[in-house]
Amino acid sequence: MGRTLAEKVWEDHVVRRAEGEPDLLYIDLHLLHEVTSPQAFDGLRLSGRTVRRTDLTIATEDHNTPTLDIDKPIADPVSRTQLETLRKNCAEFGVRLHPLGDVEQGVVHVVGPQLGLTQPGTTVVCGDSHTSTHGAFGALAFGIGTSQVEHVLATQTLPLAPFRTMAITVEGELPDGVTAKDLILAVISRIGTGGGQGYVIEYRGSAIRNLSMEARMTVCNMSIEAGARAGMIAPDETTFEYLKGRPHAPSGDDWDAAVEYWKTLATDEDAVFDHEVYIDASALSPFVTWGTNPGQGAPLSASVPDPASFDDESDRHAAEKALEYMGLTAGQPLRDIAVDTVFVGSCTNGRIEDLRSAASILDGRRVAEGLRMLVVPGSVRVALQAIEEGLDKVFTAAGAEWRHAGCSMCLGMNPDQLAPGERSASTSNRNFEGRQGKGGRTHLVSPQVAAATAVLGHLASPADLDARTPVEA
Amino acid sequence: MEAFTTHTGRAVPLRRSNVDTDQIIPAHWLKKVTRNGFEDGLFEAWRKDPSFVLNHPEREGATVLVAGPDFGTGSSREHAVWALQNYGFKAVISSRFADIFRGNSLKNGLLTVILPQETVERLWKLVEADPAAEITVDLVGRQVRAEGVTAEFELNENARWRLLEGLDDISLTLQNEDAVSAYEAGRPSFKPRTLQG
Repeated sequence: MGRTLAEKVWEDHVVRRAEGEPDLLYIDLHLLHEVTSPQAFDGLRLSGRTVRRTDLTIATEDHNTPTLDIDKPIADPVSRTQLETLRKNCAEFGVRLHPLGDVEQGVVHVVGPQLGLTQPGTTVVCGDSHTSTHGAFGALAFGIGTSQVEHVLATQTLPLAPFRTMAITVEGELPDGVTAKDLILAVISRIGTGGGQGYVIEYRGSAIRNLSMEARMTVCNMSIEAGARAGMIAPDETTFEYLKGRPHAPSGDDWDAAVEYWKTLATDEDAVFDHEVYIDASALSPFVTWGTNPGQGAPLSASVPDPASFDDESDRHAAEKALEYMGLTAGQPLRDIAVDTVFVGSCTNGRIEDLRSAASILDGRRVAEGLRMLVVPGSVRVALQAIEEGLDKVFTAAGAEWRHAGCSMCLGMNPDQLAPGERSASTSNRNFEGRQGKGGRTHLVSPQVAAATAVLGHLASPADLDARTPVEA
Repeated sequence: MEAFTTHTGRAVPLRRSNVDTDQIIPAHWLKKVTRNGFEDGLFEAWRKDPSFVLNHPEREGATVLVAGPDFGTGSSREHAVWALQNYGFKAVISSRFADIFRGNSLKNGLLTVILPQETVERLWKLVEADPAAEITVDLVGRQVRAEGVTAEFELNENARWRLLEGLDDISLTLQNEDAVSAYEAGRPSFKPRTLQG
């Protein structure tokens, strides 16, 4: 019987297999950041261990970093200590680090791909659940806890429990104004936040093949929001084209050998998935969340659901709690929800195409009176590219704030937070209670919906703008 | 890791589904660089509400958390496990756990037990009616026992053995150093490297 993409990558990394034990897998790339690594380095020190493969390890600073005044000392002493701890650990153990102020600094899941380190058929781990992002290249990439970070630092391997395979096949063409973000929000709403538990998802079908690499990363990024262990997309010409010439992509004979190998990774025609889901791309529309988990979403054209409409008691209870927290009423049209903050950024939607897409809508328009819009590029490289294209000027001319790179308001570990009761439209990945700041309320949206919402002051799509607010002459 | 064999204690019924790791331990607590001192951050936002179950005086000293489905979704932060342990929990029972949270819990000796939702409901009713009711989580016999409830649970034999013995994963892997070196010798030259030369 044929094998799936995930099974092939897994098999190629088995270091040791023994009856009754989890497979020991080799890890090709280990990404580190300041939040989930300090206790792991402490563990190494306590046991007198070293980092086995510093040449397969790289660190950056992203979660705590401020997006203003980055040339000044970090105001929060606890954040500062955590960043200093990473710097000290990387120096002591010989790990390459891109600190705040470095040209390669940025959100860890933006940095790996742009350096060409994320490659098809590799295993990639990081102490961060959004490591699933890297699956867009046909890598088997997953988030790990700090104990596992220490394990990989010490051994470059991980014992891993077997997984099940799920195919999510998206056929057809995405309608105008419908993005990878809308697609993945619709998927999560359909299968639920636990729907992917125990599975590695492979996204397939014509709509997936037609996505750019950056859009594929947006899709794979949120696999974890469906509870999946990882999300993957088979590497193809789009993947190879993106990688070619990047600083850490193979070159010369190695490039040819790599491409030859990468082409063997696609799922065999006679392979069987444990579970299959089919989605018609042409039926999708801009999608937003109304609740406090990423599965509580609906098309923008819909209304806030009535909790009584849920069959399952636990879903009903969760919807009641969510509406209470979000300050929403059943039956209220989603388009009527006014927001006071718009956040464009994160490992989900902080890449150059996301910024271009938001800028194209804001060009010649103004952010609504009294609304705060933050644009936070995913990395310094993304910021520099945006500046070269004049996107920063488009954002500031529209009244948005153009910030430095980092995780920022996706989780509010730095000063970029919602105040209690504030409501955001956010291109990030989690709408959990308090995620963007204590008492803050989050609606997850695409960059296009974020930009249109910023102009109109309530949840909206670019189509609403065309109808109501012509571009100023 | 501390070994886990069997534990008996009073319980906290947490009637919520999708308890994400941002609720278990909010992000601002993640700036700490230690594995301890997270107890005050556990369910920090919910604990501000005096009616939250953890604030009920009769739940003080409880060591078994009985939670709704999809417990531990979201972030990979192991701090969520440390916060539960720092607070005093020894075991968490739910019908479904998020994968990364579950993995983290078992690596730290916090036993996460999967039981059918109907059994969870029975445990909720029992401990709500009688806060002094005790629940026994027996890893040796793979059984959860409480008054009127006896439920078997599954846990793969390897994970169970590591927990029962309190074994350190890294030491176990390092016993296979030869296999790791042999694998490394066969890795293709086109694989990415973070350091040049």
